[in-house]
Amino acid sequence: MRLYQITTLMAALVIHVSPSSVQAQAPAPPTNLEVTDHPWDGGKQIDLSWDLSPDDAELLRYEIYKAVAQTGPIPQKPPKFEQVDSVPAGTTSFTVDGVPFQVEMMVRDLEPHRTLFTDPPLPENQKKRLKLKVGYVFQVVAIARNGSRSTALATTAPFTPTMQWFEGSRFYFSFMTLIICGAVVFWIYRAKKGRPIKVRKIAGLEAVDEAVGRATEMGRSVLFIPGIQDINEIQTIAGLTILARVAKTAAAYGAKVEVPTSKSLVMTTARETVQAAFLEAGRPDAYNKDLIYYVTDEQFGYVAYLQGMMVREKPATCFYMGAFFAESLILAETGNSIGAIQIAGTAMPAQLPFFVAACDYTLIGEEFFAASAYLSGEPEQLGSLKGQDVGKVVVAILLLVGVLMATLGVIFDNQALLKAVAYLKETILT
Amino acid sequence: MKRNVPLLLAIIAGFVMIVAFFIPYTVSWGEDVSIWFDILASIAFILGGGNLLKVHLKKVSDQAKGWGYSIITIVAFLVMLFVGLTKLGVNPNPQFPGHGHWAGQYNEVGSPFYWLFESVFKPLQATIFAMLAFYVASAAFRAFRAKNMEAILLLATAFFILLGRTAAGVFLTDFIPEESGYSGLRLENITVFIMDVFNTAGHRAIMIGVALGTASVSLKILLGVDRSYLGSGEG
Amino acid sequence: MALLITLGATAGFLVLLTFAVRARTEFFKNLDRRWIFLLMLVAVAVPVYVIGKTKETFPEKALPKAQAVFDVIEELNEGDKVLLAFDFDPGSEGELGPMATTFAYHCATKKLKMYFIALWPIGRQMIDDNIAKIIEPDFPEMVYGVDYMNLGFKAGNEGVINVIVTDIKQLYTTDAYGTDIAAIPMMEGIDSIQKMDLIINVSAGYPGTKEWVQYAVTPFPHDIRMVAGCTGVQAPLLYPYIPQQLPGLLAAIKGASEYESLVINKYGGDDISGKYLEAQRRMGPQLVAHVLMVLLIFAGNIIFFVERKREARS
Repeated sequence: MRLYQITTLMAALVIHVSPSSVQAQAPAPPTNLEVTDHPWDGGKQIDLSWDLSPDDAELLRYEIYKAVAQTGPIPQKPPKFEQVDSVPAGTTSFTVDGVPFQVEMMVRDLEPHRTLFTDPPLPENQKKRLKLKVGYVFQVVAIARNGSRSTALATTAPFTPTMQWFEGSRFYFSFMTLIICGAVVFWIYRAKKGRPIKVRKIAGLEAVDEAVGRATEMGRSVLFIPGIQDINEIQTIAGLTILARVAKTAAAYGAKVEVPTSKSLVMTTARETVQAAFLEAGRPDAYNKDLIYYVTDEQFGYVAYLQGMMVREKPATCFYMGAFFAESLILAETGNSIGAIQIAGTAMPAQLPFFVAACDYTLIGEEFFAASAYLSGEPEQLGSLKGQDVGKVVVAILLLVGVLMATLGVIFDNQALLKAVAYLKETILT
Repeated sequence: MKRNVPLLLAIIAGFVMIVAFFIPYTVSWGEDVSIWFDILASIAFILGGGNLLKVHLKKVSDQAKGWGYSIITIVAFLVMLFVGLTKLGVNPNPQFPGHGHWAGQYNEVGSPFYWLFESVFKPLQATIFAMLAFYVASAAFRAFRAKNMEAILLLATAFFILLGRTAAGVFLTDFIPEESGYSGLRLENITVFIMDVFNTAGHRAIMIGVALGTASVSLKILLGVDRSYLGSGEG
Repeated sequence: MALLITLGATAGFLVLLTFAVRARTEFFKNLDRRWIFLLMLVAVAVPVYVIGKTKETFPEKALPKAQAVFDVIEELNEGDKVLLAFDFDPGSEGELGPMATTFAYHCATKKLKMYFIALWPIGRQMIDDNIAKIIEPDFPEMVYGVDYMNLGFKAGNEGVINVIVTDIKQLYTTDAYGTDIAAIPMMEGIDSIQKMDLIINVSAGYPGTKEWVQYAVTPFPHDIRMVAGCTGVQAPLLYPYIPQQLPGLLAAIKGASEYESLVINKYGGDDISGKYLEAQRRMGPQLVAHVLMVLLIFAGNIIFFVERKREARS
């Protein structure tokens, strides 16, 4: 049965390619097509290799086709071959659904984006991804410079890609993750052992106590806004760790902290945080959970509520700590108009200018993430900052090396350097 | 207990997400974790709605400052909920006969929900967003002062971008021919250059810092070093 | 010439303003921000009125990022599949509505198969509006389920992308109107969004273009191609993804206006409806508002310098 199937398949292939492709001066096809599973992948890539056509010098390119193999006992129709890609003459291998390492591609990437599309897009380009547990057959056709096509060199049996236990294309990524995370863990461990760590002063965080103190003196409340995203956003969590400190100070001073949230899960978490802070400050009785409440998920509904509340109740201090979008400036300007001290912290680069313009202090990006460690003063938390610096050194070295190589490569037109840059970009950093 | 169980869940979910990124066999685990969060977040809508009602009803009963607004909030919430849930005024769906208006679309064109959305919700949202134009003007007026060299550079950049992002950018400098070697001096091209080079460079630096900060904070949470967001173990 | 006149006018304005500030320093120093709000209102309202009356717009020149968006869509052929992800809301409709309109118009004109999807709850409504405004009246020959369809909203933000990028049917069993996916002809053979020839995202924030890039384009760089349009504040955040993950990007109404002019110049004809010129029309108020901002910044600095001089003297 199996033999029958393959023979039928071969017959089908011949029928499929013969009418249009065999022409007067058709080049000889490539030979010896081998199919192997791509190592270290999620089971969606297959490697092809072949020996060059004897007419390779006359060729323009090789075209690669794939088709899903027929699995039924009796094939109903010939397999439908789709072009996967094409490679220049002289190439002897191709990874279906992988990028062959080609200098041309890399040089193209270094040029402005327009050139990316000057090549005619391949038909059915989007369909080349393979599926797990599906058998495939392949064809390679040689195309001569005059446009004539060779007969197709086809695989003899269906080939099914297999899944490995590790995604090899992410090997470098995992390596870098390990270095950076390892550095963080290492320094946390070092700090635990009692090695002192020096952290530069962050003005915005130094001002937290003063800002809460001012609200207490004025007999007004402290408004804390933990951004407009849910608890799965790391910025919201970073904001809540700052809330823990703000609430603790407020509890000690006897000030009122109000936390309107735009997500109910954030409300629940903020309640836990504030309650713990009040407990730690020795004032569990002063905790009022009704001051931490949900407003609405709707971005501008939330903003409208906050604006109204700020204008009516005139909090003396406003904290904006979390992920913010268009509302950043609306909130900060309203706060400014009521004369509140304002401290903002966010990792949204687009909103930073607005906060910087309208607030007294702004924690920019990583300062915001460092806040929890900085405020807690716990050595193990501070250790994580040191670990982060190791990450920065790695990034800086990679940047310098990459920029230097790319620049020199372009200036001296050195293919080896450009190849290395492409390897850095395409393989190591993806 | 109250602190350890959530911490354990956070650690497991976090590591599953990391592992799923590298190990093909576990990709579906990562998807499952994403779906769990979605389920949780959907349930939280009910929690949020309940809390909203509670807070505002309390404000009304206490006649706290601004309790009139609370009445409006409660009424608006209940009306929208009622109209949406009961599919008020929705036409039956011919595809599913026998189910009456329940098979229709809650926001079908012309239905009360659609009307509320189009005539109340949409204009209100657009209004709040549009306020940005006013606040940007007043913030710029106050904040862009040429106090030092950096501020002057910032100011000059602001002028280029403000003008370059409008038609003025084109007609102010259209005396510089497009094909000449000086075309880079055309206002719209200067704008693009500033945005692409200086702005992108700055942004990338901030984003690298943010990425490292995110990694470090996530790690602290996964390792249980930072638990301040979790609340106390008691209560 | 235009530059000289502008420079002259600005210089004149500055001199006048300096005199005014000197004469009434206290008033300007503590200027009530409502005066600024009023000026802004006038700066926006007058051009809106004038352009509404005269139907004239400023000439537009497409810059590379908008040109790239246009080129990418132009490269598609009739029948190619496009996923239009509308992740915005009425709040940002003013900024993003016109580009969404032009995207739909461009795709419909090129007879591409359109799959609408939304990660924002209200995005669904924006899709319905778009279909009601463009496809139904102006492309009546297009059939729902064959030429275009609405997958609607699914909660879960980037989680949704994460799932549908490999398996669409795990999350979508019906379209936005409750019709079984299997009964929709154009869904045949679509098992994941990798089957799309292009993703077009209109984004007002989170989740939006950044998430589409991170969860769809980045893991499948060879299978998924995407262009996007976004609000002005978001744009700088997305520039790092250009051109590799994101070949083109329309930034705010300016980008929309450039793209719109390209599309309308090629396909529009002379009697094109006003709804397809919205972006270009909105550039008028934008120009005047920006000029006002420049003048306000000048004014702020004059106040600053006059005051500093006074302080130095006293």
